[in-house]
Amino acid sequence: MEKIYSRPAGLKKMINGYCPGCLHSAAGKLIMSVLEELDLLEKTVMVDGVGCCASNHSYIDIDACGSPHGRPGAVASAIKRCSPETIVVTYQGDGDLASIGLAETMMAANRGDNISVFFINNANYGMTGGQMAPTTLMDMKTSTTPYGRHADEHGYPMHMCEVLNTLTAPSYIARVTCIDAPNMRKARAAVKQAIQHQLDGKGFSMVEFVSNCPTNWGVSPLESLKFIKEKMLPEFPLGEFRNR
Amino acid sequence: MPKIVVLSEYCKGCMFCAEACPKKVIGSSGSANAKGYQYAAALNPDDCIGCAICATVCPDAAIEVYK
Repeated sequence: MEKIYSRPAGLKKMINGYCPGCLHSAAGKLIMSVLEELDLLEKTVMVDGVGCCASNHSYIDIDACGSPHGRPGAVASAIKRCSPETIVVTYQGDGDLASIGLAETMMAANRGDNISVFFINNANYGMTGGQMAPTTLMDMKTSTTPYGRHADEHGYPMHMCEVLNTLTAPSYIARVTCIDAPNMRKARAAVKQAIQHQLDGKGFSMVEFVSNCPTNWGVSPLESLKFIKEKMLPEFPLGEFRNR
Repeated sequence: MPKIVVLSEYCKGCMFCAEACPKKVIGSSGSANAKGYQYAAALNPDDCIGCAICATVCPDAAIEVYK
């Protein structure tokens, strides 16, 4: 009898601290399984942002580097320029990449630095108690918008893939989700493409994961998948925005 | 005979696997692991076809599949 699916070697043999049903774990699993498949576990540095994604480096068995809030784009660019043979990936949330670190993200993308950015979009600041993030949906209740997000007061959700797609330099931009098996396979293919673009030296690549936050949304893990399908995906359409 | 092995110490009981399984092989085991989560288990192991959908959707990589 042959083992056809096993735990990726890049994950430590421990239970991680993410909440039950959190798709942070799924994104981490996919990234690790792709790095294992491409035999890059020894050559990769992962730069973590701040928030739930910051705890990621405790659960992975590869080199990792922290960064100030929102600045993984700048830190990763520096590592890549000092050590071009190293594979550099960043792992960031929406409060990190789209809010506090917007300048660093845009500049890294505009320079076309040869790094891969993995962006977990769960529509709120998960670790600090579910405050409104730039990606929060219209009328969505968070701890800082108890009556829902309204355009006149809080503006509209930010679409990072579309924003970065207006720049010339990025080589690969895709939006995926991990809500079921077909989407998991597509997400894995997108992660592999992003890393392959970096190996080929094509420049900046980003994969956005439309993710969940069952704890702060106040729903069960299975209900959170339904929320993604019905509310998040119409606002954040999946697909490959750029591949060249 | 295909089979799945749930690594119960990694499972957090989100039940994505039970929802995804086309043969309804998986369910809650009813007992808790060291972290207090009610982990999943193969309740009808004879129906398993080894499609690995449960392992694919498992966020915590807590399922191994043998075929």
